[in-house]
Amino acid sequence: MATTYTIISSNVLSSSAASVTFSAIPSTYTDLVLRCSVRDSGSSGSSQQQVRVRINGSSSANYSRRNLTGVGSTAASANGTSNTSIAGFYAPDAGATSNTFNSFEVYIPNYATVQQRQVSVFNAFENNSSTVNEINVTAALYTDTTAITSLYIDTVSGLVSGSSFYLYGIKNS
Amino acid sequence: MTNAIEINCATGEVIERPLTAAELTQREADAKAALDAKAADEKAATDKEAKRQAVYAKLGLTADEIAALA
Repeated sequence: MATTYTIISSNVLSSSAASVTFSAIPSTYTDLVLRCSVRDSGSSGSSQQQVRVRINGSSSANYSRRNLTGVGSTAASANGTSNTSIAGFYAPDAGATSNTFNSFEVYIPNYATVQQRQVSVFNAFENNSSTVNEINVTAALYTDTTAITSLYIDTVSGLVSGSSFYLYGIKNS
Repeated sequence: MTNAIEINCATGEVIERPLTAAELTQREADAKAALDAKAADEKAATDKEAKRQAVYAKLGLTADEIAALA
């Protein structure tokens, strides 16, 4: 049986870093799956901080999103247009319970073709407290049509040691 | 927190390098944008809840009845 879900590359931070970039992504797969677990190093006051993913390093305003969020017992929805990254999901920061991380998955279908990209994100983190336990589901669109060869991940203040990053390729056969 | 990690998927090479001046400028802009986006999301949620409460008030529902609808 063909192997259809293959790890392309991975990294676990041994020290803090501002960002992580997967570059020179091969075009030999059908879809990409990015799975990460991160924690932000700053103190936002709300114990959480935004995570950003950028395609091909682009910080142009060519991302849009609709997302559902559950924080504690409160649910909300939001949308964003002309965003400069795939956003709308969060990680615990220095104000959250020590050593808690989020986990999120970004699915990018048909990444090597020349077309706009519909991207889905599922993110969750448990803060081991009564607040800031969060779930985000994001439907994003990247309107640039070039093939995807790199993915950039960061948080507002930076990524702590122990944050992990795994990039998988999926083949349709 | 001024280093970037680059993982070359073709070679497996991992490079840790200082952020460039352009990247530092971008991070500052990103930090402001994140604050703005968060505020916008929170305002949208607050506005929605206010509208919901206004509807409840118009309907004359009791607190127990509102809780039953949540």
